[in-house]
Amino acid sequence: MAHIKLLNEELPGIVGLLNYRPETAKPLLELAETLLRGPSTLTSGEREIIAASVSWWNNCHFCHTSHAAAAAAHLNCDLSLVDEIKKGLPNTNVSDKLRALLHIAHQVQRNGKEVTAEDVAYARELGATDQEIHDTVLIAAAFCMYNRYVDGLGTWAPQANEAYKEMGERMAFVGYGKHQPA
Amino acid sequence: MPHIDLPEEYPGIRSLFVYRPETAAPLCHLAQVLLHDPHPTLTAGERELIASYVSNLNTCKFCTATHSAIAKHQLGSDLSLVKHVLADPETAPISDKLRALLKIAAKVQTGGKNVLSEDIETARSEGATDIEIHDTVLIAAAFCMYNRYVDGLATWQPDTEAFYDKMGEQRAREGYKPSSINFTLTEELKKS
Repeated sequence: MAHIKLLNEELPGIVGLLNYRPETAKPLLELAETLLRGPSTLTSGEREIIAASVSWWNNCHFCHTSHAAAAAAHLNCDLSLVDEIKKGLPNTNVSDKLRALLHIAHQVQRNGKEVTAEDVAYARELGATDQEIHDTVLIAAAFCMYNRYVDGLGTWAPQANEAYKEMGERMAFVGYGKHQPA
Repeated sequence: MPHIDLPEEYPGIRSLFVYRPETAAPLCHLAQVLLHDPHPTLTAGERELIASYVSNLNTCKFCTATHSAIAKHQLGSDLSLVKHVLADPETAPISDKLRALLKIAAKVQTGGKNVLSEDIETARSEGATDIEIHDTVLIAAAFCMYNRYVDGLATWQPDTEAFYDKMGEQRAREGYKPSSINFTLTEELKKS
């Protein structure tokens, strides 16, 4: 049970919190929509993989599984991607550029100051642009917020990967804040 | 030197707001709602103290100095109080409720799951309401974002206290509307 009395206790994870406080829900959803679905040279699938990986490192089951399911929906692959992300994508065909950006995201997850000039130079060598580096840092930072928000208020989350399939498809194809729960 | 090519005349998060206005809009909006807009019970000064306390735990110089200055201007120009809270909330002259909320914020900074039911119970027994607990958790979480954003791109963070004080006075008065943030204090920096 959540640490505070939510308006609808059936809504899992961040969904119950967004419903509880619409004033903060608005910018939180707009930020996710811009970062994960807005115009970018990174695909939405790549950006959702960054979001899901950071959430996994932060040990946030709800955000990890739901964003991994969104990545799977974008990439048109099955939910085995959820567990692949936990292992660092050993059997997934992703670009070296994305792997370098994931390394930067992992440094951000530890603390912003952990990102070194070498980490950035390496990503750039593999073709990453300034805006891709910027967005990677901000996605990683933003999930250090969303994850703490979801876990810090003790929200509940469905356990099984399959429970997130539909949610992931909605996040991928409808978007964030496009139809808020009543 | 910043990790990416940012406009040189702007420090800290402002250089990032100018660089990417699309993300600046929701980031400013969130800060406005959490820290500046009217709140049923928490004063803006109390909320800025939480922001500044978490930024200090994350060792983010720019955010700590900025939000300490804003808190100062909202709390009767008393910077020593702000510094006392950052150094040791246990002995700072603040309400027991705010002390309990700061404890929750510190837990959030180390990881959301570290917030325990007994932390919430303590805050509640000091009079904290659900919305105060919610906003404390979200302010602490949000500064785990802003701090990483500012440091993760190695933005320029001035050392002059006068700069932060001037910016803090303005933020305390005007809030976080993007229009009031997109200006430069380079002249003040040059003078100081």
